[in-house]
Amino acid sequence: MRRRCRAPGRAGPGRGLAGGGGAAGVWLELGARGRDRAGRSSRRPALPWLRLGADMAEEKEGAAAEAIIADIQKKITDAFEVFDHECNKTADVREIGTIIRSLGCCPSESELHDMLAEVEEEEPTGYIRLEKFLPMMTKVLMERRYRPIPEDVLLRAFEVLDANKCGHLTKEELVKYMTEEGEPFTQEEMEEMLSAAVDPETNTVRYRDYITMMVVDEN
Amino acid sequence: MGCGTSVTGSRAKKSERAIKAAILIQRWYRCYMARLEMRRQYALSIFQSIEYAEEQAQLQLSSFFTFMLDHFTHLNETDTGSDVQLLEYERMIEVPDSYHGPRLSFPLTVADTNSLLHAFKDQQHLHARYVLQLLHETKKLLKQMPNIIHLSTSYSKEITICGDLHGKLDDLLLIFYKNGLPSEENPYLFNGDFVDRGKNSIEILIILFSFLLVYPNHLHLNRGNHEDHIVNLRYGFTKEVMKKYRSHGKKILNLLQDVYSWLPLATVIDSKVLIVHGGISDTTDLDFLNLFKRNKMKSVLRPPRQDIAVKGMTRPSSSSSHRRQYTSDLLDVGKHMWLLNDGVNSGPLLEAQYLESSVRMPSVPSELTAKEWKQVVDILWSDPKNQNGCTPNKVRGGGCYFGPDVTARLLKRYNLKMLIRSHECKQEGYEISHHGQVITIFSASNYYEDGSNRGAYLKLNPDLIPRFVQYQVSKCTRKQTLHQRVSVVEWSALKSLREKLYSRRSELIAAFRQYDPNYTGRISATEWASAMESVLHLDLPWRTLRSRLVQLAPDGSVEYLSCFNDLEIEPAIKEVQPALVETLYRYRTDLEIIFNIIDKDHSGLISIEEFRQTWKLFNSHLKIDIDDESIDNLARSIDFNKDGSIDFNEFLEAFHVVNKFENK
Repeated sequence: MRRRCRAPGRAGPGRGLAGGGGAAGVWLELGARGRDRAGRSSRRPALPWLRLGADMAEEKEGAAAEAIIADIQKKITDAFEVFDHECNKTADVREIGTIIRSLGCCPSESELHDMLAEVEEEEPTGYIRLEKFLPMMTKVLMERRYRPIPEDVLLRAFEVLDANKCGHLTKEELVKYMTEEGEPFTQEEMEEMLSAAVDPETNTVRYRDYITMMVVDEN
Repeated sequence: MGCGTSVTGSRAKKSERAIKAAILIQRWYRCYMARLEMRRQYALSIFQSIEYAEEQAQLQLSSFFTFMLDHFTHLNETDTGSDVQLLEYERMIEVPDSYHGPRLSFPLTVADTNSLLHAFKDQQHLHARYVLQLLHETKKLLKQMPNIIHLSTSYSKEITICGDLHGKLDDLLLIFYKNGLPSEENPYLFNGDFVDRGKNSIEILIILFSFLLVYPNHLHLNRGNHEDHIVNLRYGFTKEVMKKYRSHGKKILNLLQDVYSWLPLATVIDSKVLIVHGGISDTTDLDFLNLFKRNKMKSVLRPPRQDIAVKGMTRPSSSSSHRRQYTSDLLDVGKHMWLLNDGVNSGPLLEAQYLESSVRMPSVPSELTAKEWKQVVDILWSDPKNQNGCTPNKVRGGGCYFGPDVTARLLKRYNLKMLIRSHECKQEGYEISHHGQVITIFSASNYYEDGSNRGAYLKLNPDLIPRFVQYQVSKCTRKQTLHQRVSVVEWSALKSLREKLYSRRSELIAAFRQYDPNYTGRISATEWASAMESVLHLDLPWRTLRSRLVQLAPDGSVEYLSCFNDLEIEPAIKEVQPALVETLYRYRTDLEIIFNIIDKDHSGLISIEEFRQTWKLFNSHLKIDIDDESIDNLARSIDFNKDGSIDFNEFLEAFHVVNKFENK
């Protein structure tokens, strides 16, 4: 297989003009019109700046984008296959959330719900097929939706909950917020979080330390 | 208006912020957990793939092992039909005064079972004489039972059903602790796979058989696919017995073969619940299964004689060499059959005859027919799948994958409500599938590794509604976080996988090089994944595992040689070529089995000549490309004291892969 150039400096169509997310959106719009995935379209693209430049430049950029998409699709397929226990390109609907999150996305439960609605069968079978999941997920990744939460944002969230600004939360406070507000945790999720978050010496949640530890764990 | 509202307003705003913050934290946390879950999943896939690939490999070598067994062992020689002789023989084994373990007296009573439990908790062994007597009595009892046992719940409250134990005594003791000992009020059924892998297989058998003798109507056993002496050769039980019982080990293993073959194949409760170890197939015929002589099935790896001549091969007339034809609808045995049967071109066979062995064919009980064999293999080896249909179980090499339609049809045909089976490790210890008609129950927690899975048992009341109880044996008292637990399992799985990589190093490098003609040392992720799968056939998510197995260049391409970086094999002898070392490493388990077969007196030594000839046989069977001279040199170098014999255990132990970062 030919190696494709994926150097970050290379501009895809529209990049720098419409911003990161926009560029990907542009690319996929072309794809969605039914021509090939890479967006190489024999139809005239709607956006005027794409008409500029030699055909060859377009081709080259088409090739680069195609490579990006192909790579993303392989990544998605591989993650999907971990849960494809029957080796027939289907996965249990209850595991789709895990698959999506393991691909680096961080949707909320309700956002997850929406995504699932897009890929479920008309008559829910309990299974999601790869052929439906792949385009949806490709789009999500290309558009860089549901980005992971940066450490500082997470820290600020904890600080919001820390009403007295004392640098830690009590166990009870954390439990109250996590199980009563927002998209509540199950008991199992709560217990699991507490087992790592509670500092055994002070019996409180020293969130700064907790966050640092979790981030290190991941890497 | 005024203060009040603004206070409320700001309070409301504050609360809204808090909710947003909470959602954010929840989002982040679930993401983190999902990634952990992914790592755990693929760690388990790795373990499972390797396990099933090994099972398949063993089945593929079955005809070879069968040949070896027929020619080099006298396992079948001891005619275990003459019970009187054995009993006397047992009386002839003296139990020394220095022995402080349990002393059983037959017929067994609760006092005996209690003393056994006590002793095993203290890690004592039961003396060989009692083991033999126990096995003898167990066989006598099992012989009276039908192939399919019918039970009723009407006389007791609940029956407890346990799945695979695989030699894990701690799990059995935990079950007894939580659920009580077997008794008339507390009946149990153990659904096969009591042995192999764990280190207390014999103790588990002893406990189960003793309770069987004390409560024959309240303790029930089904045969599993590991209740098979050939499978035991590879998966550790044979080794365990030989190690614990030395010279008596062989007698024990012989008798065990018979005991295994008399274990019931299935159980039916209240005519509504069918319990088998593996599963079913679309041809499973319970009436047929109940009728044939089940003890003919000694091992799944001795498939039955084929009644018709194989196309293109002429069946030799029954000659003095008495070589039998083996066939299996699972394997391509064409070339093997030639090797076994053609009296004219017997290449390696001639050399085999050179080895000291009795070529006299043992008297074998009347043959299994192909149909009987398939029916039993299906029961013991099949796995359920979620899609309809029934396909051969290629992954394991035996039985099939059966879909919900197959289950539904069988249950309907025999007017049953559900099927309970074991055979597969499940993360939660149990799993319900086929719309509630199939339950998998697995009772060995931490099966692959500490923390890999829970164990479970189920309780069935007269309403036939199952109730599950889960547990997990734990060495440490401090509760570990999920991250710690997953890390342990993941690390262990990756270690097994990397050992596999190492054992196929040359082939892998050759495959990588196909994509890298200029020797840059790098190939793309896709090329790497495809090369890995083409050599290893483990069907794993290579791209996802990529970062855990190799180093990646900044552009994402794979530095393919880096996966061999931290590992090296410490060869027994310095001057041996790496290719030979790698080959021996790869086949070390098979070699161990073969050596154990040849080593008749289980002394741990075989003669140089036997080693050489065996290797040549093995070599020609598997078409490994190692020249004779290398083997001769190797053989000579292993014989350290030059007395013409090789301590093969030492030899094999030397070929282990050493991870430079062993205690990461």
